[in-house]
Amino acid sequence: MKNKVFKNIFIAFVFLFLYLPIIILVLYSFNSSKMNIIFEHFTLDWYKNLFDNRELLMAFFNTMLIAITSTVISTVVGVIGAVGLKKYNFPFKNLINNLLYIPIVIPEIVLGISLLSIYTLMKLELGLFTIILSHIAFSIPFVVVSVRSTLNDRLKTYEEAAHDLGASNFKTFFKITLPQIKPGAVSGAILAFTLSLDDVVISYFTAGPGSNTLPLKIYSIIKTGITPDVNALTTLMLLVTIIVLTTTAFIQGRKIMEAAK
Amino acid sequence: MKKNNLFKFICLTPVIVYAILLILLPLVYILFLSFCESDSYGGIIYHFTLSNYFTIFDITYVKIFLKSSLIALSSTFLCILISYPFSIFLRDKSEKTRNLMIKLVMVPFLTNSLIRTYGWIVLLRKTGIINSALINLNIIDHPLNLMYNNLGIVIGMTYTLLPFMILPVSSAVFKIDQSLIEAARDLGAGPISIFRKIIVPETISGVFNGSLMVFIPAIGYFFIADILGGGKAMIIGNLIKNQFLTARNWPLGSAISIFLIIVTFGLVQIYKKLGGKLDDLGGM
Repeated sequence: MKNKVFKNIFIAFVFLFLYLPIIILVLYSFNSSKMNIIFEHFTLDWYKNLFDNRELLMAFFNTMLIAITSTVISTVVGVIGAVGLKKYNFPFKNLINNLLYIPIVIPEIVLGISLLSIYTLMKLELGLFTIILSHIAFSIPFVVVSVRSTLNDRLKTYEEAAHDLGASNFKTFFKITLPQIKPGAVSGAILAFTLSLDDVVISYFTAGPGSNTLPLKIYSIIKTGITPDVNALTTLMLLVTIIVLTTTAFIQGRKIMEAAK
Repeated sequence: MKKNNLFKFICLTPVIVYAILLILLPLVYILFLSFCESDSYGGIIYHFTLSNYFTIFDITYVKIFLKSSLIALSSTFLCILISYPFSIFLRDKSEKTRNLMIKLVMVPFLTNSLIRTYGWIVLLRKTGIINSALINLNIIDHPLNLMYNNLGIVIGMTYTLLPFMILPVSSAVFKIDQSLIEAARDLGAGPISIFRKIIVPETISGVFNGSLMVFIPAIGYFFIADILGGGKAMIIGNLIKNQFLTARNWPLGSAISIFLIIVTFGLVQIYKKLGGKLDDLGGM
C-alpha cells in the first residue's frame, strides 16, 4: 500500500515538473502585478494589451500560418512518398531512403545552418516562404516514418486484389490504401504540426531579419525585459492548439465508433 | 505515359525532389564550405584549405566541446533517471490510464519550447518562485544560484527533452512480458535484481534511442544556454550560431557542423549495432 502511494507521488512529481512552467505562465497572465512573484489580483489587462500589440499578434498569426501550411504540404508529400517508396523500385532508392533519416537524427542547428547556406546560395530572400520550406524539410521524414509503420503485407494483398478486379492505381490508392494508412497519416500530421509549433532553432536561422515570428519575437522580448503580454499570448496559443487537437481526436474517435457499428 | 507510370511519378517525384534539394544539396554545400577560406568581412574565398578542421581542435574550442558534451550527458543521465521509475511505476496501471499518461507527457510540446524555457526564468531566478518559497519556508537564508550557470542549462535541457526519453523507455518497459517478471519473483529475485537482470536488458535499445534523442539536441539547443546559462555560457550550438550570424565565419561554422554530423552518425551506428531500428527514432 505504502509502495503504491510512493509510486503515484513519483508519477505526480514528473507531471508537476513537465507542467510547472506552463501553469506558471498561464496563472501569471491573469496577475495584476507586473513582477512575476506575488499574485496580486485577477486581471485581463494583459490580454487587452496583447490585442493592442499588433506585432505580437502578427507573430502569432505567422506562427499558425507556418504550422498549418507546412503540416498540410509535408503530410501530402510524406503520405504519397511513403506509399511510393514501399511500392516501387527505382535507381538510388536506397540513397533516398537513407537521406530521409538525416533530418531526424542530425542536430537541428546543422539542418538550420545548411538550409540557410543553400537559401543564400540560391539568392532566396529569407522570410515566411523560407521558414515554411524549412519546416517542411524537417517534417516530411517524420510523416514518412509514421505512415510506413502502417504499410504492411496485408495491405499489399488488398491492393493486389483491387488491381485484379480492375481498379486503377488511383482508385486503389483512395479506396484501399488511404483508409488503411489513415492512422499513420494522422499521427504524422499531428507530429508535423507539433514540431512546427515547438521549433525555435530552424526558424531562427531561416527567418531573416525582417520577418516576424513568435520565437524570434519572444527571443528579443526575453533579452530586453519580460512583459506579461507574453504570458497572455502563451495561454492563447496553448488554448488554440488544445482545441485543434481535441477536435481531431474527437472526429477520429467518432469515425472509429461509426466504423464499429 | 501509362497510367501505372503516372501514379508512380506522382508519388515519388515530390519526395525525391525534396530529399535532393532540401537534404542532400544543403549538406553537400556545407561540406564544400568547410574546405573554403573566409575573409575578414564574412565573405567566402573559394580556395581549398583544411585549416577549419585544424582550428576546431584548438584548445578554446575543445574546451567548449567538452563542456557541451558534459552538459548533454548530465541531461541525458537525468532523463534516464526520471524515465525508468516513471515507466516502471506506470506499468502497473491499466492500458487506458497508461495511454492517457503518455499523451499527457506530450502536451507541453504544444507550446513553443522557447516559451517554456522562459517559464523557467520565473521559477529559477534569484527572486523567482523556487527561491522565494525556500526562503519563506526557512530552508535557506540566501537565494540559490539556480540559473545563469551550467545547472540552469542542465535543468532546461532535461525539462525540454524529457519526453523524448520517456516515450521510447516507457514503450520498451510496457512491452516486457509480465510472466518473465513473475517467474523471476517466484524464484526469489528482489526488485533490484529484476531491474538489473530483466528490465535493463529488455529495454536497452529503447534507452539508447532516448539517449540519442536527448543527447544530440542537447549539444545544439543554443537558446536554452542563452536564456538559462547567461551570456557567458557556451555550448556547441552557440558556437555554430556565432560563426554563422555574429562572427560570420561560415567555413568554420560548417566544419564544426560536419564534425557534429560525423559524431551523430557514429552514435547512430552504435544504436543500430545494439539492435535499434532507425524508424523507431522518428516514431514518437
